Amino acid sequence: MSKRVLLIIPSAIVARGVEHIFNDLGEFEVCGILTDLSSSKEAQLRNMDPDVVIVDPSIFDHASRGNARAALSEHTSAAVLAIVGSLWDEESLKQYDGVLSLYDVPTTIIRKVRAALEDRSETPRSEGEELSAREKEILVCVAKGMLNKEIADLYNLSIYTVITHRKNITRKTGIKTVAGLTVYALLNNLIDINTIE
Amino acid sequence: MATTTERHLLSPSMKMADLMNLRFSLLGVLTRMGIPFGFGDETVEEVCRKQGINPETFLLISAVYAIDGYLPTKEKLEKADLRDVLKYLRLSHAYYMNVALQELEMALENLIAPCGEKHKRIIWKFFADYKDELSKHFEYEEKTVFPHAEAVLRQGADRNFTIGEYEENHSNVEEKLEDLKNLVMKYLPPVCGQQDTYKALFYIFSLEEDLEKHTVVEDEILVPIVNRLENHE
Repeated sequence: MSKRVLLIIPSAIVARGVEHIFNDLGEFEVCGILTDLSSSKEAQLRNMDPDVVIVDPSIFDHASRGNARAALSEHTSAAVLAIVGSLWDEESLKQYDGVLSLYDVPTTIIRKVRAALEDRSETPRSEGEELSAREKEILVCVAKGMLNKEIADLYNLSIYTVITHRKNITRKTGIKTVAGLTVYALLNNLIDINTIE
Repeated sequence: MATTTERHLLSPSMKMADLMNLRFSLLGVLTRMGIPFGFGDETVEEVCRKQGINPETFLLISAVYAIDGYLPTKEKLEKADLRDVLKYLRLSHAYYMNVALQELEMALENLIAPCGEKHKRIIWKFFADYKDELSKHFEYEEKTVFPHAEAVLRQGADRNFTIGEYEENHSNVEEKLEDLKNLVMKYLPPVCGQQDTYKALFYIFSLEEDLEKHTVVEDEILVPIVNRLENHE
């Protein structure tokens, strides 16, 4: 089955061009084209549940550009690639799983999308707002004062994966510091006060 | 919040009452600087002069509080008086430690009164650690950074320390407070009362906003002024 691609591109010329490239090659199928991300479009994004999103970062205003990737991940767990035509702030492109250029040849585009999907499947998925069982285990370790390296060794994970879990824990709970996470773990009876004192 | 037009009106000749009406938090700046109420229709300049405060400095600090994202221009910074900036920062520290944190502490005490012993201990420990962290942060500024700024002013600064080091290491004291906010708002057990939760959150939010502005005064007013004086020495 071909992977489903959603385009969020305001330019019809660009969107049709990208669609054409994907449809020609068969591996990916364009399941929808949005011209922006208004709230009604966000609902469409959720319903389509694509595997890949290709977005023109210019749809985000300057202030929200830095958080664009995070904003999208609230609605989809797809790999997200940016598509840019000219000079673009390098720093803000780092948040994406890949960057396509308007001047990329079709094979390069396919290669980049595949690479983004592969990277994506290795990072922990984080669905819903409830902490997953693994996130709870890691939270308990953090509350007990364990270092990322120690947690990684304990559960046989890469440090990178532990960091991603910790980011997800902070995003879901709204709590950043180790001391704050410890209080959270205690209040939710994930650990006993005697184990940390 | 101040609009663009109001921003242009921030001048020594505006009425003190008009300035205060721009934003509630400006009242904090006023009281900490020791300026008494009852100023009638006097201008900012008149009121400040009476108290021996440089009006441009008072306006500069007020602008940080009144306008989100405000960055002072070079000209404005040159008109400001470093002594008054330092006075304001010291008085603010005293206010945070002796008033704001006390109010928050009392509100928290009421809030967690119905909780079990275990929960009380957890919250108190977190709050005590935060207080400790904040107090150490202020102590460093008062024992190292501010005396350095005064020495630079007297042209007798020790060359072993520059304001640049402070700027680089200026730590974020808001993270734990933000955590406390989320813990109180989202995760306290249901026995905690509605009004008590609101009160505690009210003090947390105002302290958070105040500390944010305080950091802007340090990073965007204190640091560039001392920097300029260091380079002129």
